[in-house]
Amino acid sequence: MSISVTSPLLPVELIRADFPILGRQVNGNPLVYLDNAASAQMPQRVIERLVRYHSFEHANVHRGVHTLSQEATGAYEAARDTVKQFLNAAEREEIIFTRGTTEAINLVANSWGRTNLRAGDEVLISELEHHANLVPWQMICKERDAKLVVAPIQDDGSLLARDVIERIGPNTRLVAITHISNALGTIVPIREIIVAAHAQGIPVLVDGAQAVLHTRVDVQSLGADFYVFSGHKLCGPTGIGVLYGKRQFLEAMPPWQGGGDMIRTVSFSQTTYNDLPYKFEAGTPSIAAAVGLGEALRYLQDIGIERIAAYENTLLTHATSLLAELPYVRLIGTAPQKAAVISFEVKGVHPHDVGSVLDAGGIAIRAGHHCAQPLMKRLGVPATARASFTFYNTLEECEALVRGLTAVSELFHG
Amino acid sequence: MTSPNALYNQLILEHNKKPRNYGKVADATHHSEGLNPLCGDHIWLTARLSQDAIDEIRFEGQSCAICQASASIMTTQVKGKSIESVKTLVQDFRQVVTGQTDSISSENNGNRYLQAFSGIANLPARVKCAVLPWHTLQAALSGEASSSTEGSGDPVPGSGSPAP
Repeated sequence: MSISVTSPLLPVELIRADFPILGRQVNGNPLVYLDNAASAQMPQRVIERLVRYHSFEHANVHRGVHTLSQEATGAYEAARDTVKQFLNAAEREEIIFTRGTTEAINLVANSWGRTNLRAGDEVLISELEHHANLVPWQMICKERDAKLVVAPIQDDGSLLARDVIERIGPNTRLVAITHISNALGTIVPIREIIVAAHAQGIPVLVDGAQAVLHTRVDVQSLGADFYVFSGHKLCGPTGIGVLYGKRQFLEAMPPWQGGGDMIRTVSFSQTTYNDLPYKFEAGTPSIAAAVGLGEALRYLQDIGIERIAAYENTLLTHATSLLAELPYVRLIGTAPQKAAVISFEVKGVHPHDVGSVLDAGGIAIRAGHHCAQPLMKRLGVPATARASFTFYNTLEECEALVRGLTAVSELFHG
Repeated sequence: MTSPNALYNQLILEHNKKPRNYGKVADATHHSEGLNPLCGDHIWLTARLSQDAIDEIRFEGQSCAICQASASIMTTQVKGKSIESVKTLVQDFRQVVTGQTDSISSENNGNRYLQAFSGIANLPARVKCAVLPWHTLQAALSGEASSSTEGSGDPVPGSGSPAP
């Protein structure tokens, strides 16, 4: 492989050695893992951090006076500091640990939504949204007799800022938009949308699940009022995610779930609530997963998100040009600004059959509706096949995908 | 690469490419719509019964190769059969796709059209694709207008489902 001087390529072979799973075989072939948009793999450093936590540091947090509880609390809160720094949040109290993106959005929909939405109000989303940034709003809008307004996309999967902005009206109370589409890879002009929404005093929630590994997120510079993501999309464990919220919003919001840790004093007649961030962290949290997420963020920062993004872009360009040469492949979602996600169909072959044949060759892709059924309907397909790349994938793996698709075509078209 | 032929064998590929009994039975006495909401497989089954036997059966729909081949092969296997035999076939098909080939009836033991689907047993996420037409046939015979692979009528509870 030739490395040009100006190319921002990473030492991929060294990086791959950090990921034990990338060394395994699947169906007798070396694993080619191209389902990173669903879940990214964990490097050894994160796995070891989880083992160390469970082996030597585990106890419940915020409760005991004993040494282990203090160490566990220290590790958990250090992870919060790492997240704060990763997002460049102003304050650590603005970082709430949740089970993931889905729970973070449900928290905002239930707490902020139930407090602020009245009959006739509108929540504005887009056609790109994952069910996680659609269904919670649909539920709360139904409950509050509010209206869900959906900004349309272009046929190539682009979301134009003006198509969102012109739908912000006197009844709009919140804009909730994805940063990068999980199904198509479209990068949304989120900054422009936030500026326009703020000009009318409307807060914006950004679904960053697909963005955090692929673009540098600075919530202060971006101006997002809420920013949410999941740990497992950026090489951390499952069961942990983050709700970032500006303090002014979080302070004004009532708790969502009640229980331990979120209280200050409890009597049978009344409860006073804890301060941020604990007000929104009822019950024992996923302590180990939070600690693992912190380690994953440090690992990524050591490599550098900008370098990751630049390298992924070379993979995207290479894979897109290879797939575009296959006459039996149709790319779905060709927005000018994209992350390394390629949705496609093999003509006349159901995506599940594409996925099964590729799997026989050790190639893992996603086939289905990508938890975005309304988007699939908009694009006129029941489902797509999706290959999603990240910094440990190689140019050779792009070529392995092409060989796999050739086999699909020979089987079904031959 | 490992051959995908264990799953996509010649019989399945051929029935996918040229499905038999595709279309609608005009004077159907029984019909049902089958849907797998997780992957979008969607078929419509129409049949004409007389004297406790299936005289005519056809299917239409949009689905993956496994589902389409399964529907096509099913129609060829149940046409002209008594309801009693059809019920045994449905049961035996389920045994094959869930890897319990030892339990199939002597009547259908060695039926290569059923055996063609034995590779599915290793792929739990695809079992429902294969079962959907048979599940829909059962619904049609019971007078149910629709059936789904999800919910209380799940034909293969606990088998794999596509992740979000």
